[in-house]
Amino acid sequence: MRTCLSDAIAPKVWKATRRALERAGVDVKVPRGQTCCGQPAWTAGHPDQARAVARHTIKVFAGSDEVVVPSGSCAGMVIHAYPELFAGQPDEEDALDLALRTIEFTQFLAKHDLDPRARACGALTVHDSCHMLRVLDENESPRDALAKVPGCEVREMAHADQCCGFGGVFALNFPELSGRLGEQKAQAAAATGVSEVVSCDLGCLMHIAGRAHRTGIPIRARHISEVLGS
Amino acid sequence: MSTRRRRRNPGVAYPDVTGTLRDRTVDALRDPTLADNLRTAGDSWGAGREVMKRDFGFDEMRDRARDIRRSNIRNMPALLAELQSNVRANGGVVVRAADADEACRYITDLARARGARVVAKSKSMATEEINLNEAMEHAGLEVVETDLGEWIIQLANEHPSHIIAPAVHLNRNQVAALFREEAGTDDVPTDREGLVAHARVRLREKFAQAEIGISGVNLGVASTGTVCIVENEGNARLVTSQPRIHVAVMGMERVIADWDEAAHILQVLPMAAISQDAANYVSLITGPRREGETDGPEEFHLVIIDGGRGALRGSEFEEVLSCIRCGACLYSCPMWQNVGGQAYGSPYSGPIGAIITPVLEGPSSPGSRDLPFMSTLCGACGDACPVGIPLPDLLVRARARSSSPAKRKAGLAFRVWSLLWRRGVTYRLTMIGWRLGLRIRGRGGWVHRLPGPGSGWSKVRDMPSKWPPRR
Repeated sequence: MRTCLSDAIAPKVWKATRRALERAGVDVKVPRGQTCCGQPAWTAGHPDQARAVARHTIKVFAGSDEVVVPSGSCAGMVIHAYPELFAGQPDEEDALDLALRTIEFTQFLAKHDLDPRARACGALTVHDSCHMLRVLDENESPRDALAKVPGCEVREMAHADQCCGFGGVFALNFPELSGRLGEQKAQAAAATGVSEVVSCDLGCLMHIAGRAHRTGIPIRARHISEVLGS
Repeated sequence: MSTRRRRRNPGVAYPDVTGTLRDRTVDALRDPTLADNLRTAGDSWGAGREVMKRDFGFDEMRDRARDIRRSNIRNMPALLAELQSNVRANGGVVVRAADADEACRYITDLARARGARVVAKSKSMATEEINLNEAMEHAGLEVVETDLGEWIIQLANEHPSHIIAPAVHLNRNQVAALFREEAGTDDVPTDREGLVAHARVRLREKFAQAEIGISGVNLGVASTGTVCIVENEGNARLVTSQPRIHVAVMGMERVIADWDEAAHILQVLPMAAISQDAANYVSLITGPRREGETDGPEEFHLVIIDGGRGALRGSEFEEVLSCIRCGACLYSCPMWQNVGGQAYGSPYSGPIGAIITPVLEGPSSPGSRDLPFMSTLCGACGDACPVGIPLPDLLVRARARSSSPAKRKAGLAFRVWSLLWRRGVTYRLTMIGWRLGLRIRGRGGWVHRLPGPGSGWSKVRDMPSKWPPRR
């Protein structure tokens, strides 16, 4: 799954994901008709609109063995929210089936013990996205994957488990509070002394980098796929 | 003769709060000391929680707490009937109040009938919810909050900022200033212990005068008709034993089957709330003073409030009835940690407040319909909850039924979005348009201003037009 956010601001991310997977020996297909998991409407309180888009996603990925998603948030949406979103619907079984086949990118690497043989990189810090951390209950797979990258040193930031303040529609409805949280996260990342924050979720990164740029905090953002697929 | 209240306020959210929810978050963010005060409290709670997990097996205790509370809610009507008949058998009076008005009217009528003038209160969220203080003051009673935090809030003429730590947003210098004003002297200490000693002296005088003591209820044990009150300061013990009449006010969902269950929840509550393995005082009150006993109140009244709770059983929000009001979800919440509870405009703030306020009030209440949106859905609250309430899921459900103006405004956009993004072709067209827009508006790899709904984004941050974003 490319994810809509990657299509919108960073096609490099899904392309890097594909490259990393192929280098690790995975047969990757990227269905052309795919759009979005439906999360924006779901969390904005519009389940009917979300379901219509999610239904399309279910159809697009009907033939895949495993659906790898370079986003803890989108993967969490399919795995955790689809069962509720499709409860009592005629295609409930298809939704549950997709939820079972869906997996976040670094979890997929860990599950199949794959090494994408990435190029060397320097020190960086990892931002645990909340949906990765608390919906998928995962903070090891990204670090395990990075540990295999030559020269990669992960320096943990303070309050690493705290939200960056993105939160989808929250970022638009409560910009000041969202911005404050983003600034705190960017500062915590910069305080580790590294120049780059890496995460499994593009949404958080777009927000952290955008706030850091606005407020002059010296930290760059890169998706973990870009590190692993380099 | 019945007391008429000035106006009917069926809501939970405070009627005197002004501005939009977003305005209030902006005001709170401007407060130079607030975030530090809250952060100190939040960090210390977080560190304590780790100790509870490591040394006391908190996670396992949580599973049982969740099961107990779910079963309480399933059996609520029968348990309430049992509680009611046992309290009566013990010599107490039980009143079932459908709403805030009924509860307030009963209590003010009682005070009038007994000729009371001074009422001493210990901490109670239920009385905050029904706005009892205002009703009593309107009926000509002097109301004294005896919980230290509540008293501070009363002196500051503010609303509580946390379910169990109402004055957590103030530091000791701010508290000392309030005490100086109340005492009419500059001779008030500013250190922690000195402040507590000062409050103790001032409040003791009030205890002696009070004819009625009003408390909340942490748990109502059905099997014996006992109310449990958990506290750290000892003031609730005084409130429930010194005045001639004790009125306990409880939300109907606080009923619990028996002592086996109650013993567990009484342990989990202080652990979850303040990372303390036992509360300093647990008062167990089984009716008024009996013949031959030398102390305790002559009358015991238990007011059980529905206030919209009963209708939640069997609904998609039923799980909120499990809540034991520990406040852990507040401390864990990054939103609450930055703006505090007062910005929420409801006695119940933080994640649980953002759900139960609109759920109890109804989805179109102007005072609370925006609340479920004030969350990043980061899930910290769900992890913190000692009774396993799936708070993030409930926030999403509360959003789905909310009629907030911001949501309605976005409704049309989401309908169009949904039509376009359910087909690959139209999706790709919108993406081409969006990326073209980024390219046109981008300067040095960044877009500084976005139109329409995107203005909320560009108000505080830039949008990368190239990836990875440049510095």
